[in-house]
Amino acid sequence: MTAVLIGLIVLPLAWATLAFLLGPGRGAVPAIVALAVQLGLAATLAHGVSVDGALVHPVGGWGAPLGIELAADGLSAAMLLLNQAIALPLAIYARAYFAADDPAGRHFWPLAGFLVAGLNALFLAADLFNLYVTLELVGLAAVGLVAAGGGTQQVAAALRYLFATLLGSGAYLLAVALVYGAYGTVSIATLLPLVTAEAPRLILIAGALAGIGLALKTALFPFHFWLPPAHGSAPAPVSALLSALVVKASFYLILRLWLGPFAPLAAAADWLPATLGAAAIFWGSWQAIRAVKLKRLIAYSTVAQLGYLFLIFPLLAQTGALQAGVMQVFAHGLAKAGMFAAAGVIIKATGQDTVAGLAGVVERLPVTLFAFGLAGMTLMGLPPSSGFLAKWLLIEAALAQGAWIIAIVALAGGLLAAIYIFRVLRQAFLLAPEGGDVAPVPRTLEWTAFALSATSVLLGLRGVELMRLVGSGG
Amino acid sequence: MTTNEWLPLAVLASSLMPGLMIFALPESRVGLRTLLNLAGALAKLALVVILIAGVAAGERYGVRFAVLPGVDLAFKVDALGLLFMTLSTILWLLTTLYAIGYLEGAPHRRRFFGFFSLCVTATMGISMAANLFTFFIFYELLTLSTFPLVVHRGTGKAMRGGTIYLAYTLAGGTALLTGIVWLNHLLGHTEFADAGILAGLGSEHAGSLKIIFVLLIAGVGVKAALFPLHGWLPQAMVAPAPVSALLHAVAVVKAGAFGIVRIVDEIYGPEFAQSLGLLQPLAVLAAITIVWGSCRALFQDDLKKRLAFSTVSQVSYITLGVAIFGPLGTIGGLVHLVHQGIMKITLFFCAGNYAETLGIHKVSEMNGVGRRMPLTTLAFSIGALGMMGVPLTAGAISKIWLSDGARAAGMEWAVWVLWTSSLLNAAYFLPILWRAWTRPAPLAWPEEHIPARSWRETALLLLLPPLFTAAATVAAGLFPDAAATPLAWARLIAESEYQMRIAP
Amino acid sequence: MIPTSGTIFAVTGAMVFALGVAGVVLIDHLLRRILAFNLMGSGIFLILVGLAQRHDVPDPVPQAMVLTGIVVAVAATALALALVRKLHVLSGRLTLPEDGE
Repeated sequence: MTAVLIGLIVLPLAWATLAFLLGPGRGAVPAIVALAVQLGLAATLAHGVSVDGALVHPVGGWGAPLGIELAADGLSAAMLLLNQAIALPLAIYARAYFAADDPAGRHFWPLAGFLVAGLNALFLAADLFNLYVTLELVGLAAVGLVAAGGGTQQVAAALRYLFATLLGSGAYLLAVALVYGAYGTVSIATLLPLVTAEAPRLILIAGALAGIGLALKTALFPFHFWLPPAHGSAPAPVSALLSALVVKASFYLILRLWLGPFAPLAAAADWLPATLGAAAIFWGSWQAIRAVKLKRLIAYSTVAQLGYLFLIFPLLAQTGALQAGVMQVFAHGLAKAGMFAAAGVIIKATGQDTVAGLAGVVERLPVTLFAFGLAGMTLMGLPPSSGFLAKWLLIEAALAQGAWIIAIVALAGGLLAAIYIFRVLRQAFLLAPEGGDVAPVPRTLEWTAFALSATSVLLGLRGVELMRLVGSGG
Repeated sequence: MTTNEWLPLAVLASSLMPGLMIFALPESRVGLRTLLNLAGALAKLALVVILIAGVAAGERYGVRFAVLPGVDLAFKVDALGLLFMTLSTILWLLTTLYAIGYLEGAPHRRRFFGFFSLCVTATMGISMAANLFTFFIFYELLTLSTFPLVVHRGTGKAMRGGTIYLAYTLAGGTALLTGIVWLNHLLGHTEFADAGILAGLGSEHAGSLKIIFVLLIAGVGVKAALFPLHGWLPQAMVAPAPVSALLHAVAVVKAGAFGIVRIVDEIYGPEFAQSLGLLQPLAVLAAITIVWGSCRALFQDDLKKRLAFSTVSQVSYITLGVAIFGPLGTIGGLVHLVHQGIMKITLFFCAGNYAETLGIHKVSEMNGVGRRMPLTTLAFSIGALGMMGVPLTAGAISKIWLSDGARAAGMEWAVWVLWTSSLLNAAYFLPILWRAWTRPAPLAWPEEHIPARSWRETALLLLLPPLFTAAATVAAGLFPDAAATPLAWARLIAESEYQMRIAP
Repeated sequence: MIPTSGTIFAVTGAMVFALGVAGVVLIDHLLRRILAFNLMGSGIFLILVGLAQRHDVPDPVPQAMVLTGIVVAVAATALALALVRKLHVLSGRLTLPEDGE
């Protein structure tokens, strides 16, 4: 099983380097093959964790606190599975998406490889400093992906993203330094029993710094300013990777710290993330309803959907809330990847990227529009999608703890999402204007988008297995 | 999986599979598409017949899947569900035939028939749901699969109709979900059971249960066009005639009414609902809807809009029946679920015939159409007389039982409401019949698409379905006491809800 | 009372960090923002080095963290500079343009 852990980190590093050596735009096939293998590894790990419990592996035989440890429990195994499960279809999509001479596609493969490696390492990291390193790796790779091959808008968006992410990890690193100063260790497992409710003020500051830094990286309102330009102007496969996976990584970290070392201190502040999450839902949805460009609309939708994740914090005393959060991460990841993929197809085919220009798409790109619709179903929380399961779990947990307002916010969010989703669908059903030309698109693009969206809906029928995995291994 | 387990799933598959295959076929494969449609409809009919035989013999059909810890996707086939299923299946077959004729040569038929099949699958799921969770899933799927049908024509007007439709149904769905999650939280499950499941809850929950009732009824009441949630229905008339027929006789509106029946009878139970004082307000709301719908219908010149408001009014007969405490009222409501379906679909088929054949969309254009299209107008007349509750039609049977039930429950005012409604129905239907049969025809019809050929006043596929349903309307009125009628069925269901025998 | 060297490191580091953050957030000119980011990093490194000096034998763990941090900061600075140069080549600007929508 240690080979599985190592493989998940080393394999993407290997194909990223290989892609770089092979030259611009040539890394597609090794990437796809390796990702398929990685998916198998992640599945093996998930099975192993659910049967045997959490795994720990000291790299090189040097254990904590000096060495680096890799640890996998139910939550990490689930995130790893999600990671590979989204990256693989997106890699197939990207291969068909980037034409041979596309400047954006030139450096996509090595950067994507480093991104995946960083994410895998992040989910397996067991100490705070290692987490910092992986966060930075992910952040820099993501910025590179946003900037690659782009014009002024894209580079400016990438710079904005870069500054935000550097601020975030800077704050986080300071927090790690303060924690080390207080307790002399950065290993999460060792810290757990050490931090108590009477922790020194230094730890409170550290917690706040880590919270702010990671909130910046997760684009939680009001730190979301960098996300719409970055996700809205990047090429479709990049936007999909970013919205589906990268922002979830820092959220995963917030969850880990909240439930782990900082747990005794967190209880006092738990309504803050929920309030900000609610603000994110309303603000993001409002901006999505008003957006003129399609990808900007989808990016603002991400801002709103991330807000749902933060609604669970006051409710974490009940297991249902954590399950709701994980289900929402899965639902949103799959659906948003599918939605950006579908948007990419539409933009390629119609040659323009506004919502108004979508008239008649339903007849020319039915599979793509169906993919968009299915993804929209998940985002709206309509049954039988996984988004609906997440909403159900959240509302149930809220009612069980008497937190009415959270249930109302979640329901209102679903209706707001319906407004901007159906804005797109309605436009697509309008009769096509005369002379509107649609360029042919490779079928691979349409069907990978469909596969991602369909998975987000079908996952709703098998929530039990996922819940079991998350609950296992501690 | 045993036979009793996969039969419900087969019912779903019999329309889901053809639907998916239709989406995969190119637009030009008309013949194959027709074959798939009909094969699916006939297969479903055969399955329903098997299920009826089984349920009558005491077989239990059902299957469940765990979706979340403690929450199941569960199907069962009971008498009430079968009632709705049979109605839907037979009317789906007829509407499919009608739609094939109506959309002859029209564009985008692949999309139409694909979503049509999905819509029926959702309806089957609703009828077979064994708990509110499963009911909700298919209820929302019904919303999603009917939206593309409403906006099928792709015009600005169609979009506006579709937007209003969504606004109402999604908001209703949110209310419904709130009620369901709350109920699940209080009780631990939401399984349907004869005579309700809530009697065991202590009285400290009475306030919560009342609010939950309002949420649930509001949620299903949108689709059931209960005042004041009915606004979407006339706007949805922008859809093609087969869609209006389906929406108003079979799928959407009846799903809402069916939901009200399930909630009142099998979640709350009639006795418990009465003890909480919930039935009287519901009855009053139903009565308001009945009168309001009929009044609005009087002022509509557009034929389909007039029929839409008539539906608003008539579906609330079902709600009224359920809200009248006592088995007689419940029987009246249930039997009207079937009867209204048959009668209204007849009227909509005829309206579609007038539009397709002669370009008639308004009542004022119908002068003398009885001479040009006698068979269609005969069917229309039978349907209209049924709506009025004229003896020897299905509508009369429903009215008799509803009135008896109201009297038995001490709600004489409801009898007055029913009589007023009959008069209003006469007021807006009789003028149409008068125009159609007695006035001279105009020199030229608005747009004659289909010329008459001997006795074939219009295409055969457009003519036969309404004649069939008109005949059924008369049959139900002539032979109410026969064993295999909706009435006998409704009696069976009411007996299990009230746990008593009912004298004929 | 004379503050210990550890405290001096800590306080200075904190102030430098705060200056750096303020710079990144408030300054418009991109090159200066990058410098501010480096300042921010230096502040954190100062604190870490100060932590390393608390015991008689210097603690290697914070020093290792500083080394790693420096490497990361260099890489990030390089990326930032490359992007700023690209922006300048494409648009002639050295400040970020207004976000379009």
